[in-house]
Amino acid sequence: MPIDKLQQDANGNLRHFLTLEGLSRSVLTEILDLAESFITVDAQSVKKVPLLRGKTIANLFFESSTRTRTTFELAAKRLSADVLNINIQTSATSKGESLLDMLHNLEAMHCDMFVVRHADSGAAHFIARHVAPHVSVVNAGDGRHAHPTQGMLDMFTIRRHKGPDFGALRVAIVGDIMHSRVARSQIHALNTLGVGELRVIAPKTLVPPEASALGVHVFHDMARGLKDVDVVIMLRLQRERMQGALIPSGGEFFQLYGLNADMLAQAKPDAIVMHPGPINRGIEIDSAVADGEQSVILEQVSNGIAVRMAVMSMCLGRAAGEGA
Amino acid sequence: MTTQPAIEPTLRAMADRLRALLAARGIGDPCMVGIHTGGVWVARRLHELLDLREPLGALDISFYRDDFSRIGMHPQVKPSNLPFDIEGRHIILVDDVLYTGRTIRAALNELFDYGRPASVTLAVLVERSGRELPIQADVAGLQMDLEADQQVKLSGPDDLALTVQSHADR
Repeated sequence: MPIDKLQQDANGNLRHFLTLEGLSRSVLTEILDLAESFITVDAQSVKKVPLLRGKTIANLFFESSTRTRTTFELAAKRLSADVLNINIQTSATSKGESLLDMLHNLEAMHCDMFVVRHADSGAAHFIARHVAPHVSVVNAGDGRHAHPTQGMLDMFTIRRHKGPDFGALRVAIVGDIMHSRVARSQIHALNTLGVGELRVIAPKTLVPPEASALGVHVFHDMARGLKDVDVVIMLRLQRERMQGALIPSGGEFFQLYGLNADMLAQAKPDAIVMHPGPINRGIEIDSAVADGEQSVILEQVSNGIAVRMAVMSMCLGRAAGEGA
Repeated sequence: MTTQPAIEPTLRAMADRLRALLAARGIGDPCMVGIHTGGVWVARRLHELLDLREPLGALDISFYRDDFSRIGMHPQVKPSNLPFDIEGRHIILVDDVLYTGRTIRAALNELFDYGRPASVTLAVLVERSGRELPIQADVAGLQMDLEADQQVKLSGPDDLALTVQSHADR
């Protein structure tokens, strides 16, 4: 089944949330608008709304990520859903049970949504093709492929600081583009939202061959790439994914592609600095910048909760009984 | 379709009755909250007429609806905005039409998630027949006895006007 048909029902409503590729600007804008409303839940003394009361959401993290799992868990709890955190390392799959058997068992326990993180590209897509019609799947990061909620929380953070006109913005994504599912999702989202100019800045070894086909301008010189940009998105150096000598050393990478105050001065004075975390201080970004006035890195974490609330409620807000 | 007469005189009468009710209850400094969308339009005018000190608040009850699992997410949710602490305060809750009572129930649930008000007074422009929950208005501008297939709708935000439609009209 093509992914757009798998991901959205016949009315264009989200059924699963697997990738930003192919989603329309109106769907992305709806996610951002809804997230804006969920931000106000923070102002309540009871930081919950009853939208998903009675629903059960299972976090299936085959690849560990405390921050992402925690924000998904908080988002689900703020929507009043019940949350299961399945410890895959000690679950039955490690005793030989197949993945599909485990999923079917969770369905038999009346789970309504699986939040899936997996080291293999396409894992969330595979699971979405095999779940029962009433179950939604949200991709919390799969291999090098996609991290759509991270992409959307980044768009949300940019919109909150720079306004809704993405066409007026010049955005630079810096670092390990090659291994970054976050960068792929950001590029799809920024293009769909009509960004004015999109740049990627990285050494040749960390830029995927298809980069220019994605409508980005590739820079190998950090200072030139950052000139007059409105938004600087630093990526985490995926050291655990680095195979072969793609970069000489962390220190040398920082010298050429790390963000310090002098380098940031190339960007517009009101440019914001983003990073999906966790930060490798002194390798991708200098502490003074990471903790500085232009940094919105911690806001990204808070915004992640509202965006994930929006995605979950849109997926589970399909009219009852409406399947694939 | 029936068009109702101009409602400014109704709003002025509502303001007078609210003023008297608040005085009788010994409430001196209430906060007003309108329910999106029509309730906010009505509340805006009442807020002016009563010359309230606190800014006007607005509630969008979309996240508190009891029919979410049946009809899904409302596509146009507006953020709620309560620009004051409601803990211990006297609240005037305003909506355009009181029909089944479910919207008011949802609004009360949402209000209590912001804190515990000292009291809630309900003011509606139209109180129509068809209640499904035990909720009534303290002040209602107009009473309408309508059939189940009839709908009363407020248009605005400027030049507020009421229309009554039946399914046959739509």
